[in-house]
Amino acid sequence: MKVAVCIKRVPDSETRVKIAADGKSLDEAGVKFVMNPYDEFAVEEALRRKERAGTGEVAVVCLGPAAAQETIRTALAMGADRGVLLQADKIPADPFETARLIAAELKSGRWDLILFGRMAIDDYNHQAGPLVAELLGLPCVTAVSHLEIDGTQGVAEREIEGGIEVVEFPLPAVLTADKGLNEPRYPALKGIMAAKKKPLEVKPVQPGSGGGAIEVVALTPPPERKEGKIVGEGAGAVGELVRLLREEAKVL
Amino acid sequence: MTPGGAGGALAVLEQRDGVLRKISHEVVTGAQRLGGTVEAVVCAAGPVQGTDQVGKFGADKVVTLTNSAFARYAPEGYAQALAERVKQGDYRAVVFAASATGKDLAPRVAAKLGVGVAADITDLTADGGAIVVTRPVYAGKALLQVKVTAQPAVLSLRPNVFTPVVRPKAGTAESVAVNVPAGRVTVREIKAAPAGTLDVAEAQVIISGGRGLKEPANFKVLEELAHAFGGKAAVGASRAVVDAGWRGHADQVGQTGKTVSPSLYIAVGISGAIQHLAGMRTSKVIVAINKDKDAPIFKVADYGVVGDLFEIVPKLTEEIRKLHG
Ligand SMILES: Cc1cc2nc3c(=O)[nH]c(=O)nc-3n(C[C@H](O)[C@H](O)[C@H](O)COP(=O)(O)OP(=O)(O)OC[C@H]3O[C@@H](n4cnc5c(N)ncnc54)[C@H](O)[C@@H]3O)c2cc1C
Ligand SMILES: Nc1ncnc2c1ncn2[C@@H]1O[C@H](COP(=O)(O)O)[C@@H](O)[C@H]1O
Repeated sequence: MKVAVCIKRVPDSETRVKIAADGKSLDEAGVKFVMNPYDEFAVEEALRRKERAGTGEVAVVCLGPAAAQETIRTALAMGADRGVLLQADKIPADPFETARLIAAELKSGRWDLILFGRMAIDDYNHQAGPLVAELLGLPCVTAVSHLEIDGTQGVAEREIEGGIEVVEFPLPAVLTADKGLNEPRYPALKGIMAAKKKPLEVKPVQPGSGGGAIEVVALTPPPERKEGKIVGEGAGAVGELVRLLREEAKVL
Repeated sequence: MTPGGAGGALAVLEQRDGVLRKISHEVVTGAQRLGGTVEAVVCAAGPVQGTDQVGKFGADKVVTLTNSAFARYAPEGYAQALAERVKQGDYRAVVFAASATGKDLAPRVAAKLGVGVAADITDLTADGGAIVVTRPVYAGKALLQVKVTAQPAVLSLRPNVFTPVVRPKAGTAESVAVNVPAGRVTVREIKAAPAGTLDVAEAQVIISGGRGLKEPANFKVLEELAHAFGGKAAVGASRAVVDAGWRGHADQVGQTGKTVSPSLYIAVGISGAIQHLAGMRTSKVIVAINKDKDAPIFKVADYGVVGDLFEIVPKLTEEIRKLHG
């Protein structure tokens, strides 16, 4: 089982967002970066598939700055065999650019599975997986929360509004991982030591110089929610709450 | 191709079991905001009930693309049929809902058109040539404005944000049989949630419970409150209680769950961790019920009640019943 996993380096979800002087990006000073949480499900699934097959390879691919080597090392410490950093100073604002660069790297790999996260928790784009699948001409299932594979046939479940879609697909395929797919392992000390010696290839890439077809205009703080109020304490406050919801908020 | 070409917008509607989904009206309303004509399109196996309503929300034309494989969502077939439709026309933009299906379908269509998706947007403007959209990023802690010069622009709209506006048009209807190869990816079945359960992603009112509920059986208190709203409310959950197995993942609100924007969100026994806020901070009105007056949820709540949920919620249920009774 040969599996590629695309992982993204993202600010930890607890990060306090401070906007940089350019008014268009995150001020990264003091920000802790982590592997995108959905990508942990993807890495875990790749490792389990390889373990079950008893043979194969798990390679992780990350497009990002030099510091993303750390993110790759985390995946290697979990058990991935090797990493590729597509090194660029900035991750493109246009998701199609990102997809093109990742697809170019994966094109010649003869993968059984290419795994992504359902979405990156910084940009909320939820599209790199299906874009890459289209570019490579591979079948794709997104937001997979349960997976069974028998030979070259797969059955995946994905949540939709009001139910679960059961989807059949052939391998090789591109899948994007949702929460529920598995419980990602923590890197053990032994894994962390071993990761230091695993191959990590750095390949500089040039995201399109034209600026892409999706360009950042501004990054701004969300509008402050109008100052809320504590209506009162205990069951006695319910009458007033209902009145406010009716008369002031007009939602009842 | 000139950016912002003459063409109008293509609004991609959704159907399930041959019935138009309500979110389709939001897509038409969003597409209207681009200023030009709106052609609405839906993939289906046959006639779709409800397409005649689309004109009311501002569609100039409704096209049903039919294929016998389109009864259920057929990712590859839908994507090909839609991409071909787009290529035949001169559309300035293709607009999807950022629903479960839309999130899957939009990037497939976009890739066939050689562009990316401006996804999950909460606002859009189109002055002159440029389409500028707003997207919440970093768990809703910032808003990113992007200019989309892709031709066509492919957009997906966050559900429950673009409130449907009635703007009647003649709305001509057309049905076109499309030929597409059998897809490799097929939906074998849909395991429906128990009848009568409304999905949190679609509910106008959400009552979410957290660890403060103490044990799974106590969610009954929230279900009774939801019931009092008469079919338009759903029960949501924090990750803490989903991870504990008290509620299903389908109910989870937040960064690793669903992003919701109901008109009323009532957080009960939920502390208001940043990852929970990520999923619900764009709700129109937020109510928090928590015994800890310093709980962070009160910082985003419009109205807070401090105290024991087991006293407050039943009282609230009683009051709501009176209103709806
Ligand atoms: C990567 C990542 C992703 C995450 N994704 C999500 C997500 O999608 N959704 C999500 O919700 N969380 C998510 N979390 C978890 C999040 O950080 C919190 O741990 C979680 O939201 C806490 O759930 P809670 O509010 O139910 O529990 P707690 O934080 O334990 O809060 C319980 C609250 O109940 C109150 N309470 C107790 N008893 C009563 C009573 N009798 N009456 C009234 N109030 C009472 C308490 O005062 C307290 O405020 C994520 C975390 C990480 C690291
Ligand atoms: N810069 C990147 N490098 C590697 N993988 C990425 C990158 N950006 C996105 N991905 C992958 O694509 C998934 C979806 O990301 P997005 O489309 O940005 O929401 C992520 O969970 C990753 O698996």
